Amino acid sequence: MRKNPARLLAWAGLLAALAITLFPFWWMVRTALTGNAHLFNGSYSLLPDDPTMINFERILGLASPEEARAAGGTSASMDFWRYLQNSVVFAAAVVAGQVTFSAMAAYAFARLRFRGRDVLFYLFLSTMMIPPIFTVLPNFVLIKSLGGVNTFWGLVAPYFFMTPFAVFFLRQFFLSVPGEIEEAAGLDGASRWRIFWQVVVPMNRGPLVTLAIITAVQTWNEFLWPLLVAKQENVRVLTTAMAIFQQQTPNATPDWAGLMAGATLAVLPVLLLLILFGRRLVDSIRFTGIK
Amino acid sequence: MAATLLARPLGRRTARRAGPSWQRGHGRIALVFLAPALIGFAVFYLVPTVRGLWFSFTDYNLLSDPAVVGLDNYGEVLSDQVFWNALKVTGVYVVFNVATQTVLALGLAVLMERLTRSVMIKAMVLLPWLVPNVTIALLWMWLLDTNVGFVNHVLEQIGLAKQGFLFSPDQSILTIASINTWRHVGYTALLLFAGMQLIPRHLYEAARIDGAGEWRTFQRITLPLLRPVLALVLVVSLIGSFQIFDTVAVTTEGSPVNASRVIYYYIYEKAFTQFEFGYASAMSVFLILLLVALTLLQMRLLRASTSDLA
Repeated sequence: MRKNPARLLAWAGLLAALAITLFPFWWMVRTALTGNAHLFNGSYSLLPDDPTMINFERILGLASPEEARAAGGTSASMDFWRYLQNSVVFAAAVVAGQVTFSAMAAYAFARLRFRGRDVLFYLFLSTMMIPPIFTVLPNFVLIKSLGGVNTFWGLVAPYFFMTPFAVFFLRQFFLSVPGEIEEAAGLDGASRWRIFWQVVVPMNRGPLVTLAIITAVQTWNEFLWPLLVAKQENVRVLTTAMAIFQQQTPNATPDWAGLMAGATLAVLPVLLLLILFGRRLVDSIRFTGIK
Repeated sequence: MAATLLARPLGRRTARRAGPSWQRGHGRIALVFLAPALIGFAVFYLVPTVRGLWFSFTDYNLLSDPAVVGLDNYGEVLSDQVFWNALKVTGVYVVFNVATQTVLALGLAVLMERLTRSVMIKAMVLLPWLVPNVTIALLWMWLLDTNVGFVNHVLEQIGLAKQGFLFSPDQSILTIASINTWRHVGYTALLLFAGMQLIPRHLYEAARIDGAGEWRTFQRITLPLLRPVLALVLVVSLIGSFQIFDTVAVTTEGSPVNASRVIYYYIYEKAFTQFEFGYASAMSVFLILLLVALTLLQMRLLRASTSDLA
C-alpha cells in the first residue's frame, strides 16, 4: 500500500507528458475551427468560440475570394486540395519504387553470391554517412539539366530506386529467412526470380509493410528537396505549400486560422496511419535508430 | 565502378552451367536484382558525392561552367565569420537539443516501463515525430506568437512578462531547439524503452527483494545496463541534430541577424539564394568531416559498450 502515492505521482507525471505532447495539436484544431475575427478577441477558451469550417473551405478553394477575404484570409487562392493530392502521389510513387527495388537489391546482398558483393554493400552503407545537403546540390544540378524541375519525375527520382537505409533494413530480415526453404523451392526448379516473389516476399510481409510505412511518413514530411524542385502549383506538395502560405504575409499578421487548417490537413493522414498501424509503427521504431 | 564489380563473374558463367543454378555463383541473376538500385545508387549517391567534391574546388553559379579555383573556397570558408558563427549556433542547438531530449526521454521511458504497456499511449507519444517538421514549426510559431500566442497568454496569466521566443536574439536558437526536443522526446523514449526490454527481469526482482527503492534501482540497474543503447541513441540524435534545417527555414530564416543561422541553413542560402555552389559545397565538406568524426566516435562508443554487455 505504501507504494500507492509514488505510483500516483508517476501516473501524474506520465499524464502531464501526454498533455504537453497532445495539447499543441488540440490548439491547432481549435484555431482551425475559429474564424479569424474571433481569433484575436482575447479569448483563450479551449473550445472555439463560434466553430466554423470557413478556414478549411478557404484553403481548399471551396470559398469564394470575397468570403475568404471576409474571413480574414489573403485573396490569393490556396489550393490545398491539390497540394494534398500531390503529396499523396509523391509519397505513393516513392514507396512503390523504393520498397520494390530496395527489396530486390537487399535479396541479392543477402542471398546471392557474386564477386564484389561485400565491397558493393559497404559502399552502399558508407553513403549513409553523407549528409543529404551535400548530394542535394549536385542532384539539383542534374535534375535541372535534365529538365526535371517542376515535374513529378524530377521530384520522385532521387528517392525512387533505393536508399541505403532501405536496403540495409531489408537485408537484415532476408538474412534470417532459413535457407532450406529457398533450397527446397530451388530443387523444385523454381528460378531465383520466382523464389524471390513467391517465397521471400510473402514471408517478409511484415518488414516490407513496416518499411513502406516509414518511407511514406518520411516522404510525406520531406521539405528541402520539394522546396528546390517542386516550386510550381502543379507539383507543389503540402509541406512547401504551408511554408509559402506563411511567407505570403511577411509583415502583417499571418493568417493563423488558415495556416492551422492547413496544418490539420497535414496531420490527418499521419493520424490515420497511426490508428491503422499503431502497433506496427510503435514496434518498428527501434529499427529506425540505426538510420 | 559498381558495374565492373558485377561484370567479372558474368564472363565466367559458362563454367557454371552444370548443376542446379541456385547453388552456384549468381552473377547474372544478381545483376537483374540489383540493376534498379545500382542505377539509383550511381546516379543519386555515388556520382553526386564525387561531383559535390569537385564543385568544392570550383567557382560555380549554375549559369556558366564551373571554373577551377583550387583550394580558394576552403580558404574563404575558414576566414568566413558567418561560417564560424553558424558552427557555434549549430553547436548550441545540438548540445541543448540532445541534452534536454535525452534526459526527458529517459524519464518518460522509465515512467512507461514502470506503469503501462499500452500501445495507445506509445502511439500518442510518437505523434509529434510523425508529423512534418514544417507543420510542427508553424504550430509552435503560432503557440509562441508574441502578441496572441497561447504560451505568452499563460505567462501573462501567471504574472510573468511576455517573451519574444523565436524573434528574440537571445532565445531564438534555444526556442528552435526546444521545439525539436518536444518533437523528438517521444520517439527517443520509445527507443530507450525498447532498450530497457533487454534488461533481464530477474535483476529488478532481486533489487526489490533487497529493498532497493525506485531511484536506487534506476541508478544501479537501469542506467548502467542501458548504457549501450543510450550511447547509440545519443550519437544518432547528435548526428540528426546537426542537420537542423526545416524548422529554421520555416520560422526565423536565420534571424535575428545571425542568431539562428545554423550551418545547414547557411549552406542552403549560399547555394540556392546566392548561387555560390562551389562555396556551399566546400562548407558541406567541412560538415561531412564533422559528421564522420562523430560517426567514428559512435563506433568507438559502441565497441566500448559491447564489451560491457558480455
